[in-house]
Amino acid sequence: MFRRSSLPRRISKHLIIWVFIALVFFPIAWIFSASLNPANTLIGQELIPPNANWDHFVNLFTNPRHPFGRWLLNSVKISGITAILTVAMGALAAYAFSRFRFRGRRTGLVTMLLVQMFPSMMAMVALFLFLQRIGGLVPWAGLNTHAGLILIYLGGALGFNAWLMKGYFDTIPRSLEESALIDGATPFQAFIWIILPLVRPILAVIAILTFIGTYGDFLLPSILLTGTEQYTFAVGLRLFIVGEFDTRWGIFAAAALLGALPIVIIFLLLQDFIVSGLTRGAVKG
Amino acid sequence: MRVGYLITGPQREMRNDNLYPLILKIILLSGMSAVALWAMIILIGMEEYWLVGALAAGVLCINFVFLNRRAYPFRYILPGLIFFVAMVIFPLVYTVRIAFTNFGTGHFLTKRRAIEVLEGRYYRPQDPVRYTFQAFQNEAGALRVILTTIDGDSFISDAEQLIAVDLSQVRFIDDNNDGLIDRFDGYRRLTRMEIFRNLAALERLRLSKDEYIVKMTSPAEFTRFHQRFRYDPIEEVMIDLKTGTIYRPQYGIFTSAAGERLTPGFKADIGWRHFREILHNPAISRPFFRVFYWTFLFAGLSVVTTFALGLFLALTFNDPLLGGKKFYRSILIIPWAIPGFISVLIWAGLFNTEVGIINQLIGHRIPWFQDPFLARTALILVNLWLGFPFMMTISLGALQSIPHELHEAAYVDGASPWQRFHSITFPLLMVSLAPLLVGSFAFNFNNFALVFLLTGGGPHIPGMPGAAGATDILISYTYKLAFGGGGWGIQYGLASAVSIIIALIIGTISLINFKLSGTFKEVTIDV
Repeated sequence: MFRRSSLPRRISKHLIIWVFIALVFFPIAWIFSASLNPANTLIGQELIPPNANWDHFVNLFTNPRHPFGRWLLNSVKISGITAILTVAMGALAAYAFSRFRFRGRRTGLVTMLLVQMFPSMMAMVALFLFLQRIGGLVPWAGLNTHAGLILIYLGGALGFNAWLMKGYFDTIPRSLEESALIDGATPFQAFIWIILPLVRPILAVIAILTFIGTYGDFLLPSILLTGTEQYTFAVGLRLFIVGEFDTRWGIFAAAALLGALPIVIIFLLLQDFIVSGLTRGAVKG
Repeated sequence: MRVGYLITGPQREMRNDNLYPLILKIILLSGMSAVALWAMIILIGMEEYWLVGALAAGVLCINFVFLNRRAYPFRYILPGLIFFVAMVIFPLVYTVRIAFTNFGTGHFLTKRRAIEVLEGRYYRPQDPVRYTFQAFQNEAGALRVILTTIDGDSFISDAEQLIAVDLSQVRFIDDNNDGLIDRFDGYRRLTRMEIFRNLAALERLRLSKDEYIVKMTSPAEFTRFHQRFRYDPIEEVMIDLKTGTIYRPQYGIFTSAAGERLTPGFKADIGWRHFREILHNPAISRPFFRVFYWTFLFAGLSVVTTFALGLFLALTFNDPLLGGKKFYRSILIIPWAIPGFISVLIWAGLFNTEVGIINQLIGHRIPWFQDPFLARTALILVNLWLGFPFMMTISLGALQSIPHELHEAAYVDGASPWQRFHSITFPLLMVSLAPLLVGSFAFNFNNFALVFLLTGGGPHIPGMPGAAGATDILISYTYKLAFGGGGWGIQYGLASAVSIIIALIIGTISLINFKLSGTFKEVTIDV
């Protein structure tokens, strides 16, 4: 072995890493302590505040001035529906691109990649005006509706996600479906009964990535949702520290912790999957 | 290997299809087409021809794909494709369309509506026709007036019209023969007191006749006002009937030869004007280029700082003898796991000048968000915290894929650790990481949530026209132009023009990226 690091060297490495762990935890510790501090301000904040209690967490769900529970529910609803439909439509398309040879296939694959270049936020003005117009005709899908927002998100179903799924589908040997086809199944039946059970891991990863990405989106919901009741968590959280609810850091901290926790847990539990998916996409969701 | 292999869907389907699925399919398709047809008829009634066309195209596509066996694979792609066209392609095309119009504050109306508004304006001539009046009211409380000029011509109001009338008709009854009408058609004349009680309603009356309107100008009289503007549809000019000035439509606003403009303006095609102004009009080009420059600097600095830190940590980690690696990695990855909008808002609190813990620790009230340089620094620092775990992860992956023998060979040849890093590790890393770094640049180029939630694009730069602040990047500038309000107005047209410029830049970057990563080659080989 040529590269045997000496003991002092290793100790110094551990030290360096612990410094960065401290830096990573600095804001998290602070937000945790602020959420327990009944004073609701940041001045004189200590790591373990005197008279620490859970009042802010209770307040979040009981004070009708800020429908926090509602926002969280809206976010979960929008992200969940988007994730499920994205996976459903993406998997169908991925199957076709993986198994059939047809005219326009290559164009389709390249287009799918090119789409990814233009995140929908670049067309924010057009999307806003489009939904405004649609709302005049179909009120349940216009501005300030969750349906309108979800429809826009579904435009991305054929993007990089479908591309990743197609790559995974390619690794499933065709002999498996062939036998089913010879037995008289239609390709669609083969897809449902043979392929889908085999590709469950990638479907789950894409669903989770889409969920996390949609949950974390800020720009589109902040433009398209105009009523406080319809807000997602991403739009609503900001209100605790600017304007409407005047600045109340304690309750903001509690909301931030509750809103982040589920995502962080999912992320850490599935980190190997998610990291491989996200680094291939090279985008943070 | 795979080439030449085909699932021949169509034939198989033909063999296996019994009749029931086919009947079901036809029922579903015709049901859907019927609903679409019904919607199209409604849309035609609303003059939404664009949507009618889109709907017709969509329905035809669906029918074709599901009835034509050769289009079989597209049955799987179609659901996603419809959304892709409606929500990605169409908005992009629409963005381009808006960019070539002046749509926004002062130009929200259609031309037809703007003409209506202008033609509804009146002026009081030098020596106007005046009327004395008598007011009448019926049982239901409705008001009507009879107006009389000095010459003795009489007019009666009917809703918003003014009609010439002969007061000697039998329906007009003068009970006490004092020359004043007392009753007609169930209406009764109001006394002076009653007139005062109904003054507000009388003042609201706008009675039109020919090209003038008549309204109350004092409790004793009505006055004739003349129409101010008339549109000439043949010459396509607006004529000022008072002065005779001619206003021609110019960039969506009627403008006289002397440069006077008539508000409101209207929505109009203005060609490349936004793009020309971005280049040449200092009121727009100065803020734009400042934002443009900072966007590149911000994205570049973000990539360099996060990559430097991420690589440093990855090199620290990449030691076979180091214990607890898995644990360390899970902890250090946490900033990546927290949804970005949450961490950014938390950092906004930490950097808060008055109450933030950072200033409390330092012991000075540092104006983080009030000073342009400090605000930019805070932005980069927060993005470093957010972004290094990603860089660390990809660097670690790439480091582990570098063959060990290369290092050993260099070691045997007597290369120093720095030489080994500089001439072997780093170049090899860049080969696999370059596309990801370019991707990260593109991501930060559009990192709206970070800028908007941390600094709001501010602070404002003194002396800079418009809404642009010191930390605004192009995407947050676009947002401000379209939705920012704040006294700068709504500028959908200009915002869309900026969007297009962003799209062109991102498009170029992505093309470079595909070249670097060989993605296109992957597609080609694969097919």
